[in-house]
Amino acid sequence: MRGLWALLPLGFGLALWQAAVVVLQVPHFILPGPVRVGIALWENRELLAENALVTVTEVLVGLALGAVLGWATAIGLALSSAARRLVRPLLVFSQAVPVFALAPIFTLWFGYGMGSKVAMALLIIYFPVTSAFFDALVSTPPAWLAQARVMGAGPMRVMWHVRIPAALPGLLSGLRLAAVYAPIGAIIGEWVGASRGLGYLMLLANGRAKIDLMFATVIVVAVLTLALHRVVDGLATRAEAARRG
Amino acid sequence: MTAPPGLCFSGRVSVGGVEILAPVTLEVPAGRWTCLLGASGVGKSTLLQCFAGLGDGLVLDGSARASDGGALQGRVAMMAQADLLMPWLSVRENVMLGARLRGLRGDVTRATELLQRVGLEALAARKPRALSGGQRQRAALARTLYEDRPVVLLDEPFSALDVATRARMQELAAEVLRGRTVLHVTHDPAEAARLGERVFVLTGQELSEVAVEAPAPIPRAPDAGETLAVTGRLTRLLLDAA
Repeated sequence: MRGLWALLPLGFGLALWQAAVVVLQVPHFILPGPVRVGIALWENRELLAENALVTVTEVLVGLALGAVLGWATAIGLALSSAARRLVRPLLVFSQAVPVFALAPIFTLWFGYGMGSKVAMALLIIYFPVTSAFFDALVSTPPAWLAQARVMGAGPMRVMWHVRIPAALPGLLSGLRLAAVYAPIGAIIGEWVGASRGLGYLMLLANGRAKIDLMFATVIVVAVLTLALHRVVDGLATRAEAARRG
Repeated sequence: MTAPPGLCFSGRVSVGGVEILAPVTLEVPAGRWTCLLGASGVGKSTLLQCFAGLGDGLVLDGSARASDGGALQGRVAMMAQADLLMPWLSVRENVMLGARLRGLRGDVTRATELLQRVGLEALAARKPRALSGGQRQRAALARTLYEDRPVVLLDEPFSALDVATRARMQELAAEVLRGRTVLHVTHDPAEAARLGERVFVLTGQELSEVAVEAPAPIPRAPDAGETLAVTGRLTRLLLDAA
């Protein structure tokens, strides 16, 4: 019953959309109605699935690499003040450069295939993961650190046994954000240059004036992103619950 | 455990040029339970931090050392008002945290023995969240004992507990820490009267010792005449100083 209630806003949105198309008499090559998009979804299901698989792979690989790299960077920054002085300004600068501008460069460097899209997904999540985890790593309760020192722990063991486990919630909130950002990176990468993937399919459909297919692709991207967020959020919540006991 | 040393403090402490502990001299006898009583903010905890080597940002003009001349580092365990249990570790793992932090394997048998001693063996596998405030402080006491250090610094460890739990914890701590050099900072005159073999009162102006006449072995009964008389004297002293 609760599931049905959750579907209600969706139904309302679709009805509004269809009504707008009918009442305003928008031509279907400008704004296709949900029925047309639904038909396009069904008719192109194999094409969409094939390309979705490519994008999903890019996103997952980028997410995994970005998570590991962000994790390691945050620990390095938290351990060394020299690293903080050297690397942090670079990190902030990397965020000031629009990712759109970097996509063509990545295509040049990492090729036309999956590499450049993985790099885009990685780049776009690297900062949020690093920054959320780093902030958590440097806000360990001082009393825990004092206790560890009295117990005779060196900085590496304090990091491993106290600061990293204490900062887990920060890392998880970074990963929750990353799950939403990573698909954006992959899609931008595919726009700039690709022969497969949902971003490529969007441009292709647009170029051939198949606006209903383009809308169908957008919907697939949105649904995949939501699903990814749900999965990561669920795993993160489980990890937090296991940690607290 | 090696033979416990006494503790000697003499000097003043400041932070950023602001004095947070006026010049005092304190001699803590070896192997005895010494209470340091005072109102909040007179620098009691600062004294403990100096002995524990936690003086980041503190400027100590003087010395905080062991009476036998050896280094205090590695001979001190500390227990605070907050239990400082790691929420992601089980109670038993928390007890063995020190071993983990020194890169050693935890001694599970000893941890279990200590948990038995504080009456927590049935909860050893639980996470701290599943424990009551009193149980958590027992776990912290077991962790302090696991360190097996001759000097134990207590920073108001029982002040967040309800009266009955506090009284039971005082008895347990007095029993299990017997023979160690204990420096116990508290703001509760009744606690000092129950536990202190020596009792010092720190006010903003000075440090003075309050004689505990015919010192009965600790823990003293909370309702014994002598305990109540000392509680009264200490309360009066704190009142007059305020």
